[in-house]
Amino acid sequence: MEYEAVIGLEVHAQLATRSKMFCGCDANVFEAKPNTHTCPVCTGMPGALPVINELAVEYAIMAGLALNCQIAKFTKWDRKNYHYPDLPKGYQISQYDLPLARDGWLTIEVNGYQKRVDIRRAHLEEDTGKSSHAGDHSLVDLNRSGVPLLEVVTEPDLRSAEETYAFLVTLRSILRYLGISTADMEKGAMRCEPNISLRPVGAEEYGRQTEIKNLNSFRAVRAALAYEIDRQTRILESGGRVERVTMGWDEQRGVTIPQRSKETAEDYRYFPEPDLPPLLIGQEWVERVRAQLPELPDARKARFIEHYGLSAYDAGVLVADKETADFYEDAARAYGGKPKTVSNWVSGELFRLAKESGAAGGVTPAGLAELVSLVDRGAISNSTAKEVLAEMYRSGEAAGEIVARRGLAQISDQEVLEAAVVQVLAENPEQVQQYLAGKETIAQWLMGQVMRATRGKANPQVALALLTRQLDARKEQS
Amino acid sequence: MRLTLAEVEHIAELAHLSLGEEEKVRYREQLSAILEYAQQLQELDTDAVSPTATVLPIHSVTRPDNPQPSMGQDDLLSNAPASADGMFRVPVILE
Repeated sequence: MEYEAVIGLEVHAQLATRSKMFCGCDANVFEAKPNTHTCPVCTGMPGALPVINELAVEYAIMAGLALNCQIAKFTKWDRKNYHYPDLPKGYQISQYDLPLARDGWLTIEVNGYQKRVDIRRAHLEEDTGKSSHAGDHSLVDLNRSGVPLLEVVTEPDLRSAEETYAFLVTLRSILRYLGISTADMEKGAMRCEPNISLRPVGAEEYGRQTEIKNLNSFRAVRAALAYEIDRQTRILESGGRVERVTMGWDEQRGVTIPQRSKETAEDYRYFPEPDLPPLLIGQEWVERVRAQLPELPDARKARFIEHYGLSAYDAGVLVADKETADFYEDAARAYGGKPKTVSNWVSGELFRLAKESGAAGGVTPAGLAELVSLVDRGAISNSTAKEVLAEMYRSGEAAGEIVARRGLAQISDQEVLEAAVVQVLAENPEQVQQYLAGKETIAQWLMGQVMRATRGKANPQVALALLTRQLDARKEQS
Repeated sequence: MRLTLAEVEHIAELAHLSLGEEEKVRYREQLSAILEYAQQLQELDTDAVSPTATVLPIHSVTRPDNPQPSMGQDDLLSNAPASADGMFRVPVILE
């Protein structure tokens, strides 16, 4: 029997506010000394009261609008109760029945087809602390406790590991364009817990699902889902039953393994947070935020195609990452020539350099524009330009300076090249005779000698023209 | 509304309490009495009443996103029964 995967996602993204969700502690806690970004509110001291960070709400509205959601006019906070050492209050302030945003959708593109993925809801909550395990005890750091989180929940619309990967990349791209989250999974700023079940193709009913945890990268999500689809398929094909459990992804071994969990079903006993009055979000606020939304990846892609004449593929590659898109636009403007030329350099050589070094590199948009202009003017050849770009990338030096310092400038000077051509012909009388005898392909070999004599710096077009002229002249004489 | 013993055990587990057999019976009686008392409210017709989100006459209280000084690590950990490496030291967590 053919099975299809049914995947839904819960994604948590830390919002890039300066202070925490409900207190003034510095929210930038990455690699901070343990328990230094804490106060009575985020460590759950008796009597401490939370106050809502207005910017976090605004960021959530931005995200809601970008995900085509309805923004609630009336939203409230609820306590999600459970005991864990990294949750000092014994409950997490979240939103239960009246989330800030709901009923949205996102379009993703996978292997050339487009697909709409419905968003069930997006709401605000606070992050928990962090626990680490050290042999016979555990250690708790509450820096992260209270950092604002946006939780996005999709409908079970995804059908493969690839679609899920594409959704996450698209969501990350949107969050980054909005500037509301670094959405960096490796650093824990974005976390994803997919649930997945299989059902026979064409069936309406859902199968029994598992949830996957401990996914610390986009690649891990894709690999874990591919593995889990395979695992569940094998169980179903052998007539077995998928257990409804939480699976943990083991990155080293590349397998999902059931996590030890208690028998009791989740029971969070949500109730309205008595310490926080509800939040009314007026239409004016929503409209003000809408008016300030930056251009999002889809719109930018359309503009790149329209305005710069790029192919859908090229535009898609460039807009996926906001910084790349910004870089491209700045470079294309500074260059002023054919935008496609700059696009080729960015998505070709620059991407290759970035991939090899894994670092940002020292090339500026204006620097790339200068380099491409040097090629256009014939000052350097295309292959020399690649070499120069690699050096720009390493050192941050300007293209012109590198070319001058290393003497890479292409020789286009007619007299210099003519002298080189004449010398090559004089040194190779035998080949010239073959040419005159009708073996015209030998001209290519002679051209190679000219390039060698000039150590590769001869402008090929100019040199070829001169060589042809010299050979023709000798032909007429003979 | 009378709770079953299993429900009492479930609630105790959520609250991380371990109850003896005699306690389970006693709390079953007490919790049931409380629920029965509160159940009187169910007699009211609340169809036309929207759920109460707050009893306070205020809404939309927010603060600007300005970081404020935090407590020191020493201050925070001075309340901790045990600490190590600047962190709270707790019994090992089973995951």
